[in-house]
Amino acid sequence: MNNTTSPYAIELRDISKRFGAVQANKDICLQVPAGTVHGIIGENGAGKSTLMSIIYGFYEADTGDIEVGGELVNIRTSEDAIRFGIGMVHQHFMLVENFTVLENVVLGAEGGAMLKGGLDAARKELKRLEQEYNLDVDVDAVVEDLPVGLQQRVEILKALYRGAKILILDEPTGVLTPQEADHLFRILKSLKEQGVTVMIITHKLREIMASTDNVSVMRQGQMVAHRVTAETDKEELAELMVGKKVRLVVDKEEAQPTNVALSAKNLSWFDEQGVKRLKDVSLELKAGEIVGIAGVSGNGQSELLNALSGITPLSDGEIHFNGEVITAKNKKNASQMRDLKMAHVPEDRHKMGLVTGFEAYEAAILGYHNSEAYNGKILLDRKAMLDECNERMQKWDVRPADPFLKTANFSGGNQQKIVIAREVEQNPDVLLIGQPTRGVDIGAIENIHEEIVKLRDSGKAILLVSVELDEIMALSDRIIVMFDGAVVGEIDAKDADERTLGLMMANALNEEETAGGQA
Amino acid sequence: MSQPKVPVWVNLALIPFINIMLAFLVSALVILAIGENPIEAAGYLVYGAFGYEEGIGYTLYYATNLIFTGLAVSIAFKAGIFNIGGEGQAYIGGLGVGLVCLAVDQTMPFYVIVPLAIIGGAAFGAAWAYIPAYLSARRGSHVVITTIMFNFIASSLMVYLMVNWLKQEGRMSPNSRTFEESAWLPYMHEMLAAIGINIEQSPLNASFLWALICCVLIWGLVWHTRWGYQLRTVGTNATAAVYAGIDNGKVTIWVMLISGALAGFVGLNEIMGVHHSLLLNFTAGFGFAGIAVSLMGRNHPVGIILAAILFGALYQGGSELAFEIPSITPEIVVVIQGLVILFSGALEHMCKDRVEAFFTRTSAA
Repeated sequence: MNNTTSPYAIELRDISKRFGAVQANKDICLQVPAGTVHGIIGENGAGKSTLMSIIYGFYEADTGDIEVGGELVNIRTSEDAIRFGIGMVHQHFMLVENFTVLENVVLGAEGGAMLKGGLDAARKELKRLEQEYNLDVDVDAVVEDLPVGLQQRVEILKALYRGAKILILDEPTGVLTPQEADHLFRILKSLKEQGVTVMIITHKLREIMASTDNVSVMRQGQMVAHRVTAETDKEELAELMVGKKVRLVVDKEEAQPTNVALSAKNLSWFDEQGVKRLKDVSLELKAGEIVGIAGVSGNGQSELLNALSGITPLSDGEIHFNGEVITAKNKKNASQMRDLKMAHVPEDRHKMGLVTGFEAYEAAILGYHNSEAYNGKILLDRKAMLDECNERMQKWDVRPADPFLKTANFSGGNQQKIVIAREVEQNPDVLLIGQPTRGVDIGAIENIHEEIVKLRDSGKAILLVSVELDEIMALSDRIIVMFDGAVVGEIDAKDADERTLGLMMANALNEEETAGGQA
Repeated sequence: MSQPKVPVWVNLALIPFINIMLAFLVSALVILAIGENPIEAAGYLVYGAFGYEEGIGYTLYYATNLIFTGLAVSIAFKAGIFNIGGEGQAYIGGLGVGLVCLAVDQTMPFYVIVPLAIIGGAAFGAAWAYIPAYLSARRGSHVVITTIMFNFIASSLMVYLMVNWLKQEGRMSPNSRTFEESAWLPYMHEMLAAIGINIEQSPLNASFLWALICCVLIWGLVWHTRWGYQLRTVGTNATAAVYAGIDNGKVTIWVMLISGALAGFVGLNEIMGVHHSLLLNFTAGFGFAGIAVSLMGRNHPVGIILAAILFGALYQGGSELAFEIPSITPEIVVVIQGLVILFSGALEHMCKDRVEAFFTRTSAA
């Protein structure tokens, strides 16, 4: 099917897709030359994922044509896509965690009723693929024991094993350290050299600049520009994505930290399997400063937020906060922590911060539902809830400003505003905030960052957890780095750069190098 | 990406309607296979359920039980708990009602007995639900398994109690003595006669009104109080509930208590309203039918009232049908009821995706 009549591995013509009132894709045209790495960049909600889902057969386009290798194709299911040589690596890996690499690769292509034959054939084929594309993986390793970078490699192998000549990577670096990401880019390069066409979907400019030959920019469901990567720069792409000039730095004064608002000493937490996920973490938060926690996700940041906010009880250690000493014995649940004036914007607003089935005015009191402000003697005070919700929607510019809309139907940025408004408006002494701008548009990011800084300047202590290094560096006054459940370093934000932080996050910084950075 | 929206009425009305029609279609095939005319059979069924005052009375009398058990299942379901134990909780609740009546019917007046019996039924039903609730909330056992098992335990316990302790001296059947009339709930035809409206006699009694009151109370509790707010949070997003500082276990326990109490009210209708004595097997599967009622009623009190009346009509119209066409035996009627439960309960999602896809496609075009 890879005939040479067309210079393009894949070509889209006038693809449109509408979901109800939402035009997700409008007249998309795209040409991806064979054997290149092509980036698709755009804000969340720009329609990138929809477009890729159309190529991979999850959705069918309302109108438009797709050509693969110069042939008009009709892709109705992902089996069709695989047949046409399209492979996809999803943002969230589709691996069976307790299977070995080999078993995962043959999944869905076992070749016969008995496993043995298929596995043996696959082992041989994998060896060839690994050599051809420089993809070293131990095929007999159990997937859950592998670091994420390697799991991703397994996904790539899986696609190649099925004969993929066009590989789509959806937000491939979301879970990787900068070093792992660099390694991925090298893999992509060797794939390219072997004639594989790669499409990367991302909203990160760094990746585009580092790994692609060409880049297409999407905005609000439309293709707004195609560029040769070498002839453009980050600033131009960012502008194309947003449609206006963006500030990549946050405007803020020097922090004026005063008294200690919260201090944690030797916090430890064991999970249900008895694994120590939080290892003797100590930190202090002062009023009027933002402390950022940097780290690759899954290195104890979530556990730290949960422990501080009272979601999970401590296994060991103590938290001193507003006159209380919280220990493994003297537990405080999330509601009691709120009463002590701690607010928490959780990392995952869908799983934790909101009840997506609730209407906005209901979700806007989650955690504060027992407060006198919202309750009559027996019944909830609907009017008070609605009045306040309306007021906050105006103040925080939540769109649409409809308190009766289900929270699931707001965009990511607006959902996040509902959560942040709820927590900030309670006037807390300490605000824990996780991934404040995950899945949020650039316009809203600016807005949220401003509010966080404003809160700091009004004398609150803020603990910020984010996987976006840019965000940590732009907002924080001090940066604490976590690795494998422990604090591995602290650095003044002024002295931090991506490289140092990246090395610290991978716990690879030599002792002599830390000398300059340690606070 | 925001999902395309399906019109509200599709989920609330169209899909239940399609499910029932499918059940009736299969029922018609069954009746055809017996060699009878399904149209004629349907006529008897509808006439039997709604055609005359006594029939309507019976329909609503059955619906009363189904409202109680349907509400019981639905409030648990709102908190994400699948309480299959309605049957046992109704049985033990009825025991509570009966014991109160036996204890005080000779000494107390009607207006004291009624609230005591309500409390008795609620307390016994709730107590029976408490054990599985506690085991689920604090010991991690699965509430579906435990509540099913507690149905069997309730059944055996009742046999033991009736035969060995509560049976009337010198009688062969395991019935308690008949209560004094002060412990009888008034029949609907009596109450209406008192205000000058005469209708035919039927077992429909005052507990129907209590069932409607319970619907209003549950609606208020679930949608308009902070407890209902917590319950719905736990039911839709348990992680968010922990984040909000809600004790999931505590919510599980008190929701199950309310659920058990509601199921226990079946005893008011059966024991106090109709039989006027304690006896065996008065729950007659209403606890299980409540699951279908709750599913079909979309866990909302209004839906539950409508679904309960539909199922009540099937019970009543079905017995009329078996009477009018002898070759359609009561067992065939049970088959029809079973088909409705199967299609509206167990196969709830069979058509759902396709119907929803149809509407999203048409609205997308």
